[in-house]
Amino acid sequence: MILPYYIIIPLLAAFLISLIAGKKDNWAVILSVIATTALLVLSLFSFISMKDETVTYSMSAWSLPYGIVLVQDALTSFILVMVSIISFTSLIFSIQYIRHLSMDWKYYSLFMLLVTGMNGVIITGDFFNLYVFMEIALFSAFALVAYGSRAEEFEAAFKYAVMGSVSSFLILAGIAVTYSATSTLTMAKVAEVLPTNDQKVIFWIGALFMAGFGLKAAAMPFHAWLPDAHSSAPAPISSMLSGVLIKALGIYVLIRIFYNVFNAPEIFTKIFLVLGTISIIIGVFLAIGQWDMKRLLAYHSISQIGYILLGMGIATPLGILGAVFHLFNHAIFKSLLFYNAGSVEMALGTRDLRKMGNLMKILPTTSQTSLIASLSISGIPPFNGFFSKLIIIIAALQAGLPWYAVFAIIGSLLTLASFMKVQRYGFKGETTVESVENKVGWRMNTAMIILAVLCIATSLMVVPGIQEVTLDPVVKVIADKTEYIQLVLGGMNGN
Amino acid sequence: MQQNDGMTLIVKTVTRISVWMILLYGIYIIFHGHLSPGGGFAGGVIIALALLNVLLAFGRKFTSEWLNISFLHDLESASATLFLVIGILGISLGGAFLANFMNKGELFALLSAGTILTLNIFIGIKVGMSLFLVVWVLAGSKIVKGE
Repeated sequence: MILPYYIIIPLLAAFLISLIAGKKDNWAVILSVIATTALLVLSLFSFISMKDETVTYSMSAWSLPYGIVLVQDALTSFILVMVSIISFTSLIFSIQYIRHLSMDWKYYSLFMLLVTGMNGVIITGDFFNLYVFMEIALFSAFALVAYGSRAEEFEAAFKYAVMGSVSSFLILAGIAVTYSATSTLTMAKVAEVLPTNDQKVIFWIGALFMAGFGLKAAAMPFHAWLPDAHSSAPAPISSMLSGVLIKALGIYVLIRIFYNVFNAPEIFTKIFLVLGTISIIIGVFLAIGQWDMKRLLAYHSISQIGYILLGMGIATPLGILGAVFHLFNHAIFKSLLFYNAGSVEMALGTRDLRKMGNLMKILPTTSQTSLIASLSISGIPPFNGFFSKLIIIIAALQAGLPWYAVFAIIGSLLTLASFMKVQRYGFKGETTVESVENKVGWRMNTAMIILAVLCIATSLMVVPGIQEVTLDPVVKVIADKTEYIQLVLGGMNGN
Repeated sequence: MQQNDGMTLIVKTVTRISVWMILLYGIYIIFHGHLSPGGGFAGGVIIALALLNVLLAFGRKFTSEWLNISFLHDLESASATLFLVIGILGISLGGAFLANFMNKGELFALLSAGTILTLNIFIGIKVGMSLFLVVWVLAGSKIVKGE
């Protein structure tokens, strides 16, 4: 059984780093690279080998009504693969980038705790366990946002901590109401018991979870913390936060709760639709006016999260397919864009687009990969962003929601416009920069090239033969809704 | 010992006696975690409070001589690692992560309840050292005004 190792490996790495790497920085790098590589191999292996089966694992060998259960199905494996890819490349990118800030093992220890928290949230099948892992991920994220120790970073981290605590409170209140209504915290059991309750209970719990996890996902009315936190963090952490944290803690849990536990009540999918569309439009409008490159990217995260919510709100299998596919694609291209911003910041010492220029000559790898990522996020055909947005738009039209499709297209056009701005002013700007402050090393370039290749490679996931083994099992888990109960509880009886 | 560091002689004298009693109480709470209310976390907090008493009464300089801070730091990481090691031993000996693999002993005896007592001890050390070190670091940071 490999399920608990998703939590054990990064947790062990985090504590071993603080135990033996206190004096030697290199050990921290070696240990964390080993841990993330192991996680990448494990998650890829289980994603390929499991297909559409559901595996459960009882912690401490306590059977279900009493114990905590870990659940791995296709959706879990898919998100785990996404987290592993981004954390692996972020770590490779960090090795040089963080040394340029300070030589410190604490960064790697916190990084591994962040991965622990996300993996735990993804793999657990228990509400309170989810809350605990969410807090692990959040607290390490607060510390990592403030890692540069400048005034603005502390401010951003504090803001993030306040908003994060508010959302955690809402979630904890939701869990308390769930427990009082159902007398259990195992998600599958809750899903089984909940329909016998008054319908109002579901609305009440759903509203609390929607606000709490909506804050974590930074959907539009809950987005205020995101631009500060994501633009102040060190670049590899920005890519972890924007690329995977808001998805693992926000979107994934929303999907799990509202589809697999609540059986997707129509009122909540409507809310997904509306929140998603507002996020798409307002997020992109806020983004287009920014001159700070990382802030611009942070606002785009809100807008792209909107596409995922829109896909989830359409609630047809095609819409879910688009949402899941866009979830993965966004992790890849947004992380790549944050690496680009980080390497530009390291080379030129600025994030202001107006002060950049001449980057094609100085940073060839960075500017070429950023071109690929910009084309992906704007939805230009051969790249992955095009296919996922296209699927979402087609799904909206098929479901008889033409206006939502129109808004999605407008959002996509404005995204293209704002990334033309990035390319025009930033990478091909008129300011002539001759020398660089710090050279961008091969490790940073490797991380960027890996993700740039994935930007093109993942568009193959829509090819029929490949789609059947990658995306379709994931869509099946979500679209089957409360089939989840039988899959989890049935699996338990077999143990 | 510096007489002019920390609080008054009365506080120091009382602390010199009470710190051991508080530590002992913390250890009692940890060791009876499986029998009575309390446990690793609560006992760890009490241990941290005992150490903080010394920090408050005698000042930072004396405490850093009395305690080996880097050893406390190692102890904190080691206890967390050992907790995980017991969890992993549970996989190989008990069949699941954190499963019990030790003799459960007699009901209500001090040395009973399998791995729970061991885990409580590690949690106690971890929590005690963490809380103390957090306050230690906060107390050592300087307040910079301006900006």
